[in-house]
Amino acid sequence: MWDFIVERKADIAFNTYQHASLVLQAVLLATVLAVALAVLITRVPRLQGVANVVSAIGLTLPSFALIGLLLPLTSIGPTTGFVAVAFYATLPILRNAVVGLQNVDATLLESARGMGMSELTSLWRVRLPLAWPVILAGVRISTQMSMGVAAIAAYALGPGLGGYIFTGLAQIGGANAVNYAVVGTVGVVVVALVADGLLLLLGRLTISKGIRA
Amino acid sequence: MTTAPEKTSAGDEQISGAEIVLQDVVKQYPGQKVPAVRSLSLTIPAGEIVMFVGPSGCGKTTSLKMINRLIEPTSGTILIDGQDVRQQSENQLRRQVGYVIQGGSLFPHMTVAKNIAIVPRLLGWDAEQTSRRVDELLDLVGLEPARYRDRYPRELSGGQQQRVGVARGLAADPPVILMDEPFGAVDPITRQRLQDELLSIQRELRKTIVCVTHDIDEAIKLGDRILILQEGAEVAQYDTPDVILSNPANDFVADFVGAGSSLKALSLARVSDVEIRSVTTARVGDPVAEVRQRAEANGDSSVVVLDQRGRPRGWPMLRQLKGDRIVEPAEELEIDIDERATLNDALDTMLSSRHGAAIVTGARDQYLGIVDFQAVTDHIRAMEEQGGE
Repeated sequence: MWDFIVERKADIAFNTYQHASLVLQAVLLATVLAVALAVLITRVPRLQGVANVVSAIGLTLPSFALIGLLLPLTSIGPTTGFVAVAFYATLPILRNAVVGLQNVDATLLESARGMGMSELTSLWRVRLPLAWPVILAGVRISTQMSMGVAAIAAYALGPGLGGYIFTGLAQIGGANAVNYAVVGTVGVVVVALVADGLLLLLGRLTISKGIRA
Repeated sequence: MTTAPEKTSAGDEQISGAEIVLQDVVKQYPGQKVPAVRSLSLTIPAGEIVMFVGPSGCGKTTSLKMINRLIEPTSGTILIDGQDVRQQSENQLRRQVGYVIQGGSLFPHMTVAKNIAIVPRLLGWDAEQTSRRVDELLDLVGLEPARYRDRYPRELSGGQQQRVGVARGLAADPPVILMDEPFGAVDPITRQRLQDELLSIQRELRKTIVCVTHDIDEAIKLGDRILILQEGAEVAQYDTPDVILSNPANDFVADFVGAGSSLKALSLARVSDVEIRSVTTARVGDPVAEVRQRAEANGDSSVVVLDQRGRPRGWPMLRQLKGDRIVEPAEELEIDIDERATLNDALDTMLSSRHGAAIVTGARDQYLGIVDFQAVTDHIRAMEEQGGE
């Protein structure tokens, strides 16, 4: 096992980096997208039901199936992986962002209005900072989930550690099958733990001391 | 902290408020048969506190919110200082009208200083001017700037939060301040102090303050005028507190003001109306022996301790004085009362004081003297004699 890792040191390091980078970029895009959608949804109450249904259905959609559906559109390669990961990553963040924005006390918003804050200023200086802890919790859930989805994206020749898992599965009974599968799986777990730690740190830095739990 | 020069009394009389006029203001919500505000016409003189009172659902809050266009009137005109409020954009208007609501409604993720600085920031003040203003306001509402500036709202008591709320409403020095049940969320003792402080601030600033409350006692205490509203914001009576108490316009007003209005008259008389006695005082840092000598010469068994800025800090008995010099008492003084406080409040405070008297303070908590039961009963007797004539 050890020899297996040492032999492929550079390759493993590269794939780990690729995996982390894929998830990071996808989650980043998902966060921006989800928050923008949530702002829209909280403004137009009718959209809320639609959003709930979409995110419920979206989360039940097996990632394998989604990748299959995406292939004709985005063809084999990293794009398919990125789109799939970003799609799943958006859903939990969207849910939390909607809840977070809705839970901002209405009297606070009225006092913001009463002091002459524009809608946009109020969003930027009051609603988003107050909803941020809940949004960030969504980002954490989403990141964890995306680690797994990204591994599956390797099926469509996406980047990352998923490749090892599929190689292991394909070679079952072979000499290195278990090594491949273990390196892929453990690698994903380690990346996930590190990412979670970093997000916790981000929370400490960006959540106002006045509302930190 | 160095002694800040106090404002001269000549400056106190300057009115910085603006007149508000409502002309046939109507608010009809779509889908509702009866209008929330049927037709309200009203002139609020510059520099006065006008209290809107009435049962819940009478349209008093709606009427208040139409002044800063949080609610748009269906028809009618509202003028501030002769200018139609619709002449400028909503946001511009609101930055020039202070707005204070229940509990202070501070933003929990911002420090006290940031909360107060909201409107100055919206108006584009520079950082230095803003922070100077924040400190000035904290001082005005009785919170030590160095100690409270960087705290978050959750680190403050309810009363302190409300004080910051008032400071925030005053931040850009608006001529008009709207208050919506400002002291509804605090306990009675804190409420009384906050009311006293508001009166003391108002004495200095002379803004036009419009304040909604459901508490008639609060209205009597704070208001230069009281507007009593019936359903549909129908004016039941609009007059000074003593006229409303002595001469209610109709049964509705009489009922609303309630029984015991002679007792309520106690909330009309202010501490400044009765005789304020002076007692021996000592500054923090004065030699104890000398203070004791002075007190004994005056025949006092206790002394009022003042800090360097002339604010009362404690009222110890002579035998409690220890050491060489007078030290600043650690605990908060709780038996002080503003000269604008009502006799009702004064009696309340005296009851909790072991001297059977309360320390009277003026602008910025300056020590004025003391008031005791004797003074209050004398005053009541004088009032009765006057009434009997």
